[in-house]
Amino acid sequence: MVQGRDIFKNKRVFILDKIMPVLLFLCATVSVLTTVGIIWTLLGETIVFFKLINPIEFFTGTKWAPLIEPKAFGVLPLINGTLMITFIACLVAMPIGLASAIYLSEYAPLRVRKIVKPILEVLAGVPTIVYGYFALTFVTPLLQTFIPGLGLFNALSAGIVVGIMIIPMISSLSEDAMMAVPKALRDGAYALGATRLEVALKIVVPAALSGIIASFVLAFSRAIGETMAVTVAAGATPKMTLNPMESIQTMTAYIVQVSLGDTPHGSVEYGTIFAVGMTLFVITFLLNIFAQYISRRFREEY
Amino acid sequence: MFNDSNKKQIEGRRRFDFYLHLLFVAATSLAVLVLLVLIIDIVIQGAHMLKPHFFTNFPSRNPHEAGLLSAIVGTAYFVLIMAPLSFILGVGAAIYLEEYARKNKLRSFIQLNISTLAGIPSIVYGILGLALFVRGLGIEQLALGRSVLAGALTMTLLVLPIIIVAAQEAIRAVPGTLRNASFALGATKWQTVQRTVLPSAIPGILTGIILALSRAIGETAPLVMIGALTFVNFLPNDVFDQFTVIPIQIFNWVSRPQQAFHDLAAAGIIVLLTLLILMNISAVLLRNKYQRKG
Amino acid sequence: MSTLIDIAKLNLFYGSFHALKDVTLPIQEKSITAFIGPSGCGKSTLLRTLNRMNDMIPDVRIEGSMKISGIELYSSEVDVETLRKKVGMVFQQPNPFPKSIYDNIAYGPRIHGITNKSQLDEIVEKSLRDAVLWDEVKDFLKRSAFSLSGGQQQRLCIARALAVNPDILLMDEATSALDPISTLKIEELAQELRKKYTIVMVTHNMHQAARISNTTCFFLSGELVEYAETEQLFSSPSDKRTEDYITGRFG
Repeated sequence: MVQGRDIFKNKRVFILDKIMPVLLFLCATVSVLTTVGIIWTLLGETIVFFKLINPIEFFTGTKWAPLIEPKAFGVLPLINGTLMITFIACLVAMPIGLASAIYLSEYAPLRVRKIVKPILEVLAGVPTIVYGYFALTFVTPLLQTFIPGLGLFNALSAGIVVGIMIIPMISSLSEDAMMAVPKALRDGAYALGATRLEVALKIVVPAALSGIIASFVLAFSRAIGETMAVTVAAGATPKMTLNPMESIQTMTAYIVQVSLGDTPHGSVEYGTIFAVGMTLFVITFLLNIFAQYISRRFREEY
Repeated sequence: MFNDSNKKQIEGRRRFDFYLHLLFVAATSLAVLVLLVLIIDIVIQGAHMLKPHFFTNFPSRNPHEAGLLSAIVGTAYFVLIMAPLSFILGVGAAIYLEEYARKNKLRSFIQLNISTLAGIPSIVYGILGLALFVRGLGIEQLALGRSVLAGALTMTLLVLPIIIVAAQEAIRAVPGTLRNASFALGATKWQTVQRTVLPSAIPGILTGIILALSRAIGETAPLVMIGALTFVNFLPNDVFDQFTVIPIQIFNWVSRPQQAFHDLAAAGIIVLLTLLILMNISAVLLRNKYQRKG
Repeated sequence: MSTLIDIAKLNLFYGSFHALKDVTLPIQEKSITAFIGPSGCGKSTLLRTLNRMNDMIPDVRIEGSMKISGIELYSSEVDVETLRKKVGMVFQQPNPFPKSIYDNIAYGPRIHGITNKSQLDEIVEKSLRDAVLWDEVKDFLKRSAFSLSGGQQQRLCIARALAVNPDILLMDEATSALDPISTLKIEELAQELRKKYTIVMVTHNMHQAARISNTTCFFLSGELVEYAETEQLFSSPSDKRTEDYITGRFG
């Protein structure tokens, strides 16, 4: 080890080791920039829009007709349409999703789980345009045979189909939450003579509740943001109604409608894209934060 | 020891359990059933349209001559542009977060951003793409117009969170003992990442990319915002050209009143779903193959 | 034999925890030095300071002096990557890379810039011979390292460490995860290697230390209680605590 001196103080300069961390950091900032970009564009154009249109009219008006005379810029019909679809979707998805989750987590043998879980994942992976097609060409005609007076475009079919789409979200996340409940808790109840149902409903579901509710909130948010299924099947007629058999228009469907047309840049109509987009973004953003909050705040510490 | 009244109560509870078990099975089966109905309905409606000319023709006003060519080519362009771009940005970000970033507020902030982005409706990405890529935020030189490139960039941003999360998981799964072995031999941090961590994480990363791409292929709304035209009877000459993709063509057909066009839409859906199934199967195969290698 | 490693009043803190207290120890070259002591006494920590693997733990603070060949290890002029080339390490759990046997051995040389295939071939063969593994694997170097048994994998890891031509080899409980036969093979290997390399080994098995080491050092709660020629330490230790440990009263 006589040559110790040189060997140790050999300072090789590795260029890659200096450059890579910087490049990688830049890659990581893309996501931050995306968020900033979204907020900036939405906010910027919305502010321009609100200089032309009174925000109070926007948020409280009950007539939405920005493209035809006489123009009206009240966004409530769109919100109404969105909420109707979402409500119907949740009516469909929450019971079925939760029931599936309970079944898969507490009752189903391993063989069944292995087959059913992937199938539910497939449901989640089906593109939304396919659901739109399904709603328009299958669900609506089917429903029309029981419900006379059901329009070709209606909120019910679209809502049902969106519900089907979000079932996997609820079932998967709720199931994860339930599987995370330690076996020891269940064993304690079984040892006292509880049935599987009692263990599921009285022990597991309450323990996993924060995760289950978080999944509901996330699914709700997803339904609000759903676009193609409602564009194809729910209609393009914004109105304030509580009747699911009528056609309505959601916020998302409106944005699509405007984009399909030729809207001059800088016009008020162009601005509606951003105003409605901003409203949509804020609602889903708040819901997602709420879901994370619930998931964290009420999480059982085992 | 066990008296009768106790027995009755237990019987009652067991019965309740039995019926609800049935109910839960029914609910689960319903979901599975719906999927089956969906697929069968689509195949029935669309199979007869799947003639060879369907793949080689452009869309046409005559439903019996219409084809999916421009959409297929458009989708292909997309995948070719998105794959390398999202790989580099996504894996790069994941490596940074897992290997280089210290566990401080900045790292949490970036992670928070990524999980937030995952929950934003896809149409909002379309709005961003419209303002940023199509119009270039008002700067003439940056504006890409309603082009393939603008669409591909927008979709890259949309799927980026998916890739980053998958890549992070794959990188995290590489055991610390391997990293220790590499460092003990005198490797630098980047050498360790490049020669030990990444090779082990690649299968998981690739799976994530395939899943992200399959999500992107099925997306319609953001591309409508970008201005993917719904009637495209030409092929894009280059990435700055206008375009259409399969889901948009389906949307165009399903929006027309005639039954024949609805059948075309179903045929298009068959093509789309087949593509997705192939991609997902390859992702699963990839995952299984490398999980066995250990 | 001359002193190769000179540790003088070395103190190490994990945050506020004082893990090594005023350790002073000369280590002879071309010999086997064993660190023994109960769990948590700091022997592994000290071992890791020799190749600066502790650098990777956040919140670590070192005071005092550690010199190899007269060069202060913890000075800012020392290139850590080169240091680790000269001071190799074998871990408790065999940790071969998920690559072929050949690529495992060639990993080190490649990192340090050797890309010539015939050079690498030579290095691979020499390292495997030095680790007494060549005859067992020479016909299937391209096979995955995981196709080897636990004992063979550990010898592979030793060969891998030898491939970068170190002067010192650190063995951190290298046989505790192995069966008795593999352990014996590696002990024999260590005794062969001692002719060319300086070996410092941590072991929780004091019989192992008694069997093969030249010098044994006993640690307790971060302190170096005593060190001596192995035979002497085990037959007539000077400190009562050493005697208690050796005779099994604790640990």
